[in-house]
Amino acid sequence: MLTAIIAITLLALVLGLVLGYASIKFKVEGDPIADQIDKLLPQTQCGQCSFPGCRPYAEAIAAGEADINRCPPGGEATIEALADLLEVEAKPLDDECGVEKPKTLAVIDEDRCIGCTLCIQACPVDAILGSAKHMHTVIADECTGCELCLPPCPVDCIDMVETEVNPNTWRWPDPARIDIKVGDKNGAE
Amino acid sequence: MAEYALILISTILVNNIVLVKFLGLCPFMGVSRKLETAMGMGLATTFVLTLSSISSYMINEFLLIPLNIEFLRTISFIFVIAVVVQFTELVVHKTSPILYQVLGIFLPLITTNCAVLGVALLNVQEGHGFLESALYGFGAAVGFSMVLVIFAAMRERIAVADVPVPFQGAAIALITAGLMSMAFMGFAGLVK
Repeated sequence: MLTAIIAITLLALVLGLVLGYASIKFKVEGDPIADQIDKLLPQTQCGQCSFPGCRPYAEAIAAGEADINRCPPGGEATIEALADLLEVEAKPLDDECGVEKPKTLAVIDEDRCIGCTLCIQACPVDAILGSAKHMHTVIADECTGCELCLPPCPVDCIDMVETEVNPNTWRWPDPARIDIKVGDKNGAE
Repeated sequence: MAEYALILISTILVNNIVLVKFLGLCPFMGVSRKLETAMGMGLATTFVLTLSSISSYMINEFLLIPLNIEFLRTISFIFVIAVVVQFTELVVHKTSPILYQVLGIFLPLITTNCAVLGVALLNVQEGHGFLESALYGFGAAVGFSMVLVIFAAMRERIAVADVPVPFQGAAIALITAGLMSMAFMGFAGLVK
């Protein structure tokens, strides 16, 4: 009985040492903090935070140049996740960036569209299809609801439609955004 | 020499770990959707299986038997396998970040791949020596990788095939696996 306990303990000790040595020897630079922040952001690329996209905003947060409360599409959930990650106090959304709105979707009124391609150039996620003098349309699955296509449209043919999550449109969180090592922290949005 | 060749052929074809012994079915089903992941998984499993059958042989021979504590075999084997997998994960993370990303969760899941523990226990059961254990582990892993890659290639074709609705997805995959297993029964009798 005692031999068994001692043998297993020694085995554990030796294997532990091997692993400890390996983790030092094969150390990999961990995820830079900007990557982790970028993963928490909603990737709407809307620019409401005054940065030209989610990635630059993440880098600014990582560098300490921007506050964590400048992301209206992400809303409270994102702010809380960021506060959790960076171990700072969560604070309410910054008014100058906008207000939290339910997720919307751009819809082009196809009768009024003149095919000017201005909205295509404005779309940060290439969710608008069409060519010059031809009617455009929005790929619903790709649209992030950032509203950047509204100002350039000369005939105001784009409307924002509220989308409610129903059993047909609900999707599992993107698996790439779930960090296995630290648990399901990033999956909860 | 012929004996070692026989072990290899036997483990790769005749007693294929997945299709004949039905071990390691979860990665077989889980990682076989894309050819690249299947290859990566096959490589990682080959590495782990060979290393773990060698180390569990040594644990068994130099620790458990001399101290007369063979009843701790399963737990100490699992122990060793977990460490080998962790070690592999560290090495893969360092040497090939792309493979690390492709394998993702499946890398730590090799720990629970029953083929790994199965091979270690089969080695003990059949009284294999050092080289035999290593070859048995290696052969089993090669067999595993081979059927995984074949299966992944088939599933890539099935994905674009016109499968009747009730058979789509997992159903047709399982049927395919069953047919493959039957095909591998043709090897029975190749080696005594």
